[in-house]
Amino acid sequence: MALDDIYKEVILDHYKNPRNKRDMPDADRSAEQHNPLCGDEITVFVHEDGGTVRDVTFLGQGCSISQSSASMMTEAVAGKTREEVGELVGGFRGMMAGETEPDEDAFGELVALKGVVKYPVRVKCAVLSWDTLQEALGGQAEGAST
Amino acid sequence: MALTEQRSAGLDVARVRRDFPILERTVEGKPLVYLDSAATSQKPNQVIDAEADFYRQHNANAHRGIYLLAEETTELYEQARTTLARFVGAPDPGTIVFTRGTTESTNLVAYAWGRKFLSEGDEILLSEMEHHSNIVPWQLAARDTGAVLRYLPLTDDGLLDLTDLGSLLTEKTKLLAITGMSNSLGTLPPVRELADAAHAVGALLLVDGAQLVPHVPVDVTELDCDFLTISGHKMLGPTASGGMYARRELLESMDPFLGGGHMIEEVFPDHSTWNAVPYKFEAGTMNIAQEVALAAAVDYLEGLGMDAVRAHEEEITAYAIERLQDAGARVFGPADVSVRGGAVSFWYHDVHPHDLATILNEEGVAVRAGHHCNQLVMRRFGVPATTRASFYVYNSNDEVDALVDALGKAEGMFG
Repeated sequence: MALDDIYKEVILDHYKNPRNKRDMPDADRSAEQHNPLCGDEITVFVHEDGGTVRDVTFLGQGCSISQSSASMMTEAVAGKTREEVGELVGGFRGMMAGETEPDEDAFGELVALKGVVKYPVRVKCAVLSWDTLQEALGGQAEGAST
Repeated sequence: MALTEQRSAGLDVARVRRDFPILERTVEGKPLVYLDSAATSQKPNQVIDAEADFYRQHNANAHRGIYLLAEETTELYEQARTTLARFVGAPDPGTIVFTRGTTESTNLVAYAWGRKFLSEGDEILLSEMEHHSNIVPWQLAARDTGAVLRYLPLTDDGLLDLTDLGSLLTEKTKLLAITGMSNSLGTLPPVRELADAAHAVGALLLVDGAQLVPHVPVDVTELDCDFLTISGHKMLGPTASGGMYARRELLESMDPFLGGGHMIEEVFPDHSTWNAVPYKFEAGTMNIAQEVALAAAVDYLEGLGMDAVRAHEEEITAYAIERLQDAGARVFGPADVSVRGGAVSFWYHDVHPHDLATILNEEGVAVRAGHHCNQLVMRRFGVPATTRASFYVYNSNDEVDALVDALGKAEGMFG
């Protein structure tokens, strides 16, 4: 195992310079979750427009994996329909469970998080923001159980 | 890492290490540097052999069969009780109840004493540095009985703030339940002083001994505590070994905890009568092999001498605090090692503890990252989590150096 597998340049970049990390006072939807294991907290805000997710922002604190995953997620889902977002969330979960190979075209930078699969305890960190987004959108969140 | 023939205050660490086979293994190609003994300690050959020998030579159920193996098993099990009693200074082995550890012991008291003797408006006094296992059982007991929980606050140094002790510990207080050593801050509260204060208002004192008993010489008579919970796996024993001490008259007056075989005297269709103390609290087949091996752990610690264990840990803790602070870490808890033990939590250059722990693992260094079942402490000090290095008889200053070196790599990556 090498640290490069998990702390890829793109992850550190999103951690140090998170995208869309801001409040959204006029959000259509929002949800808040925390990972009781490590105290990480995240709130995800969604601006929706006729079934299309226009804009997603987040606030919170956490490790580099949870923060970079949230940052990349906000970029990956903006402009997608609810259905497309649902597919992406499912694909991301499958990748983090080590069950499915990511569609590199659809996933883009998110593929960088694949290395986290080798660190089972850290998978929850990566999935937390995605669970929170799904909860905000009214879907069934699998939750960050410990 | 070159392990020097380090001899700290009374402990020959290099020699101690030879008794712990796991310390020979590598992690990620590097020597294991195990700094998580506050979570669970490693086990010496003497303990591993004691458990294996029990199964190879003696195994039967205790207190039941009329044949040689059963008699041997019963004798070993009761010898373990005598050994544990001696270790904590309890003159009467019958005041030691075997349990799976401190969590079960605290729950036992919260049910068997709390449900019987607490009532509406009674108060239970805890502190903000309690492990969740010394909070949640009392929350459940309070919910069932109408009792109220109150908390002793902490100073910025991580000591108990006793300024308002007089208004928090009153005639309404039925129990003061306090840790003997904080698992995140390392703090050693003044247990005897608290015992006297509790008894002065008619309250009982429960000491959570999870971190205290493995690391500091303990004498329940000197501490004058009413309950002391004991974790076996944190003091070189197997997981699910341990127990509790309680004053005999309390054990006599308490209800049973779990019902089942061996805890009864006679069973009738509509009621039962209870076995004598301590068997009233030991329902079903117990962790016989584990308690027998725990006795071997006690023998091992007594062989080292608990004064020497404590002196060694003061020395390594002082060294660790100094090195961590020099490296720019914020260390939580008291700086004075005479009032703290070797659980050292810190925050390092804004690198999240989970990231730190992952990077340290690559260097073979095992630490704990998280809230350590101390969410009240995390809130008190305004951090979501900390990284914790904790030390025991087999840790050396060289390993502190390995920790600090590994931290430097993390800073290089995230700084």
